[in-house]
This record gives sequence, structure tokens and C-alpha cells, in this order.
Amino acid sequence: MQPIRTIESRTVVIPVTNIDTDQIIPARFLTTTTREGLGKQAFADWRYDANGAVKSDFILNKPEVAGCDILVAGRNFGCGSSREHAPWALLDYGFRAVISTEIADIFRNNSLKNGLLPIVVDEQTHQWLTNHPGANVKIDLDTTTLTLPTGATAKFPIEGFARVCLMNGVDELGFLLQQAPAIERYEQARGF
Amino acid sequence: MTAKTLFEKVWEQHQVVPESADTPAVLYIDLHLVHEVTSPQAFSVLRAQNLKVRRPERVLATMDHSTPTDPDEVFGRVPIKVESAARQVKEFEKNCREFGVELHDMSSDTRGIVHVIGPELGATQPGKTIVCGDSHTATHGAFGALAFGIGTTEVGHVLATQCLLQRRPKTLAIEVTGKLRAGVTAKDLILAIIGEIGVSGGTGYVIEYRGSAIEALSMEERMTVCNMSIEAGARAGLIAPDETTFAYLKGRRFAPQGKAWDEAVARWRELKTDPGAKFDRVVSIDASKLEPMISYGTHPGMVVPISGTVPEVANDPVHAKALNYMGLHGGEPMVGKPIQVVFIGSCTNGRLSDLELAAGVIKGHKVASGVRMLVVPGSQQVKREAERLGLDKIFTEAGAQWRESGCSMCIGMNGDTAGRGEYAVSTSNRNFEGRQGAGARTLLASPATAAAAAIAGKIADPRAYLPH
Repeated sequence: MQPIRTIESRTVVIPVTNIDTDQIIPARFLTTTTREGLGKQAFADWRYDANGAVKSDFILNKPEVAGCDILVAGRNFGCGSSREHAPWALLDYGFRAVISTEIADIFRNNSLKNGLLPIVVDEQTHQWLTNHPGANVKIDLDTTTLTLPTGATAKFPIEGFARVCLMNGVDELGFLLQQAPAIERYEQARGF
Repeated sequence: MTAKTLFEKVWEQHQVVPESADTPAVLYIDLHLVHEVTSPQAFSVLRAQNLKVRRPERVLATMDHSTPTDPDEVFGRVPIKVESAARQVKEFEKNCREFGVELHDMSSDTRGIVHVIGPELGATQPGKTIVCGDSHTATHGAFGALAFGIGTTEVGHVLATQCLLQRRPKTLAIEVTGKLRAGVTAKDLILAIIGEIGVSGGTGYVIEYRGSAIEALSMEERMTVCNMSIEAGARAGLIAPDETTFAYLKGRRFAPQGKAWDEAVARWRELKTDPGAKFDRVVSIDASKLEPMISYGTHPGMVVPISGTVPEVANDPVHAKALNYMGLHGGEPMVGKPIQVVFIGSCTNGRLSDLELAAGVIKGHKVASGVRMLVVPGSQQVKREAERLGLDKIFTEAGAQWRESGCSMCIGMNGDTAGRGEYAVSTSNRNFEGRQGAGARTLLASPATAAAAAIAGKIADPRAYLPH
């Protein structure tokens, strides 16, 4: 994984609460055995109609969102299924961060492991973002701060170890593998 | 000694390394359930890094999500229709073979939905940590296990190290007092709980369901309740083990035997929340006030009592979007709405008692014309037991389809789907847009309510149809 320090981009706003992972990527696309190429299926049923034609009124199909790497969505983003295909699809589509007032647990974990930043902000900051689609914002992982174009800032919580891994581009599996002696001791103590 | 919750006891027994400010806990995983959809990319990581599965004997592998339920496809008389699913199944077989993992495969008589076979084989036990690349892993919490869903990267972590990095969640007690009335099931109870606390009410928490109404539930009913914890945002939901739990487990294939059984039960009896232990949050529910429940919207918190009407919410575009998708209007009664599909099955309600309940309602009746009804046992074992009781005949004589086990129409990625615009009364767990097929409209309910709708051809109060 590439190290991530800051992300600066314009935003796309989908002001819908409880966007579940079945919307982010419908189950019929989960018969894949790789993690690549899922971006074309991100939000498939919101982007395309029954005949596969582009729904021009959906925000992701509008020309002005090209190059916007940050998604702003309503409360409880990523609820439902544990499919990691959801962050894979969003990353492959081009998103690098998701901002909401609440992000579902499993989706948040999965995102952190893939370098998609799950950013939880306060209601007031979220309201401002929702009212200003396309705003250019900056996410700084080092200071855990979101900066709006007005100069206003908001701190966001992020699990400390995951943050260090993201900033250094390291994989958590490496750390777990280094715990082998402790794991062996634990297994012996339990008679495994 | 500090008073501890059930969750805290299980958590502390599995800390290989406790958490610190800098690092999450290294948590040991006793049982890893693996299926074909969320594991291929994890096996690829192992292969790329030349890693082995650390404890193959702690992995229980089966295929359920993308597998067909049509007997001809299951037993190879015709090819699997969804080609990508067939390839996924093949790859899974190869991965299990290469990494030395025992697979309950398509031809196995112990195959089934992963959350159904874990308990029925006795692999699910009190006090264990259990994970799976599936959010309904909370089901196993019914036995007093700490069980939760993980993503594919974490599936790889557990395969390689038998451990996970985890921050300790908060605890939420849901105290259910009173007694469920006739015709009100465990499914109605959990739908009412989700309606009460909301679809993110449990985010960041592990739920402990407790109280007299929970203690009165059978193991299968407890599994239905714990199964849907994730629909309230909680990754895990558990229930303290008791005599009901021990009686269920005794004699099952992976349950301890002889002296080891007695020792295990003595240990399991300690697995309850101590008097005075503190939860971060407590919610109380009176079971005796509940009615059969049904969902009307596009998430599992959008539920009403069956005798209720679709809620009217002014100036809420998200609510309006949900009703528009569902083709429903605020103020409209639920009962009487024509339906086209009935699905009985899933890890929520695909066990023997669920099929018995539905069969009891449907016996001697016919599925209404214009309604397609699918009954999908949760496992091959459930299927055999149901057939031994003649339930399959009751369903097929009524005009329903009787299938092989699998996730089927709950997830709609295996060839079983509801059509665009169709109303499907389903005993499954999610009514998200498109969950049961693009454009399909899901109405979540109990097996009794689903069976009543099949007979009536419209949403109906199951209490009018229950055998006396």
C-alpha cells in the first residue's frame, strides 16, 4: 500500500442516510475471485437502469464530479454486509475517502485495511459539506484534521494503529505475523 | 473480584496480547468459518506471501452464498447456471484442498448455510471466539460465544495467524421481560428491537440479550435473535449459555464427549454476567406488548406491527425515497397488500423449527394463485429432518418449491431472485434495495407471517392462520 499523509480533493455528496453495502456493490457482483475492477459496479443500481442505460440524474453520472476523490454521505454509511468488495469498489472507482457522521463498524475496518479513509465528523461540519457539494477539502492524517475551504477545521477520530499503518504504507498482517511467539505461548497455555 | 459481563469474560480469555494505546488487542480466534464468496482474495494473499493456514483444524469451510438450490444444479445433473458462481465454487474447492482445510462441499450431507451448520455440528460452543467473512456471524452468539463478521483482509489474518487485531467494543444490554404472545416469534422480537434502537443503535457495541423472555427461547429462536444484531449495527450479540444451550449441544459431532463434556459444562456455567457488572448502555423491552412485525421500507429498522400502517414522515427525502422504491404510501395499511413471492429460509429463519412453524400454517392450504413460494432449508441436515417429518410434502402439496440448502433468495447471487417490482415476503434479514434481486421489494417477517401471506396472496396477520 502507498503511504497516505494527506488527501485534498473536491467532494461528491450523496445525502442519503444508511447507505448499505448492497447499494455500494450489489451481491450479484460478488462471484468474483479477485479484488480488481469493481469500480464499474460501484453503486450499479443507482448508476444504471434495468437496461444498463446510464441514469443521468444520479450524481455520479454528472460530468462535474469527475476527479472528485472524496465522497460525503449521510449517517451510517456502509451498514449491512461485511463484504470488503464495498471499499474495493469505491477505491477502484476513484474514491480515497468517505465522510459521514457515522460509519458502520465492519465497513470502517475494511476501509482502513485498504487505504480508503473513513472520516467521521460532527453534525455541523457534515451539514456544511452537504450544503456545499464540490467543495475542495483537505484531510490530514498526521493531525487528524479535516480542513474546509472556509479555513474551518474539524478533528476526526481514527484508530491509532491503523493510522500509523496507513501513514507508513504498511500492512497489519506483517505485525500479526511478528506476534507468532506470543501466539504459540497462548496456544500452549490452552493445550492446543 | 470485579464483576464482569459475559462479553468481558470471553474477551479476556482470548487476549494473546492485551490492547494498549498504540496497538489493538491480539485476539485469539477459536473457530473460523469460511465460505466461497469472501475468502478467494484471502487465500490469494496467503499464496502470494507463501504462508500456510496456521490451524486448519480450526477452520470450518462450506459453500452457501453463490451455490444454487436447484437439485439438478447442486448434484451436477446440469451445469450451475451462474457461470461466475460455478468458477468461484471451483476455486474454493482448490483453495481448501491446497491449504488442507476440510470442506463441507456440494456433495456433502453436512453442507449448509455456514451459520446453520456450525451449531448443528456442535462446532459452535459457549465461550468461543468465532469469526467469519459474513456479517451474520453474530448468530453463534446465541451459545454465549463472541462471534462477529469480518472482511476478507481479516479472513487472511485469521487463516495465517489464527488471530485478529481488535479494539474492545462497548457493551449494550437488551433486557427483554414479559412473555411473547401466541403468534409472536423470535423474528418479531428482533425486528421490534431493531425498530426500537435503530439500524445504527448498536454500532460500536456488543449486545447481550438477557431477561426472562430471552431465557424462555429455544436455541433456534435465540439464533434468530442474535443473527440480526448486525441489522442494528452491532457486530456481535450474545446470550448467556444455560441448560437449554447444553441440552442442544450434547452429543453433537464436535461437542466434547464423556468426562470432557462434564468439564466443559462446568466451565460454561461460569459464562454469565456477574451481578453488578456494568454495561455501557441498557435498553429494556416488554415482550408481552409485541405483535407480529413486518418491514415496510428499505432497511430493517423500518418495521411496523402487522396491524399497523406505513408511517407518514413529512419532509424526509430519504423516507420518501424508500417508500417510492417500495411502491408504498404513508398511511396505507400493511395487511391486504398483494404480494408475488414468499421466501422461507436463510441463516435467520431456515432451521427446522422455522420450517415446522411455516408448515403448520400452510398445511391443508394452497399457495395463492400468482404467488411463487420457495422453501429453502438452512442445511442438508435440516432438509433431511424436515423430510423425515413430512414437511416437504406439506409445502409441495400446497404448491411451494422445496429446494436444496443455501442462502438462496436472501442474497440473490445464486440464481434465486425476486423480480423487479415484485413484493417478496421473506424470512431473511435484509430488505435493502435490490437485496433479493434488482428492483425486488422485500418485506421482512417471521415464517408464520410469510406462510400466511403465501396462502392469502397478500400481507396477512398470521394469528388468523395458526393451528390451534
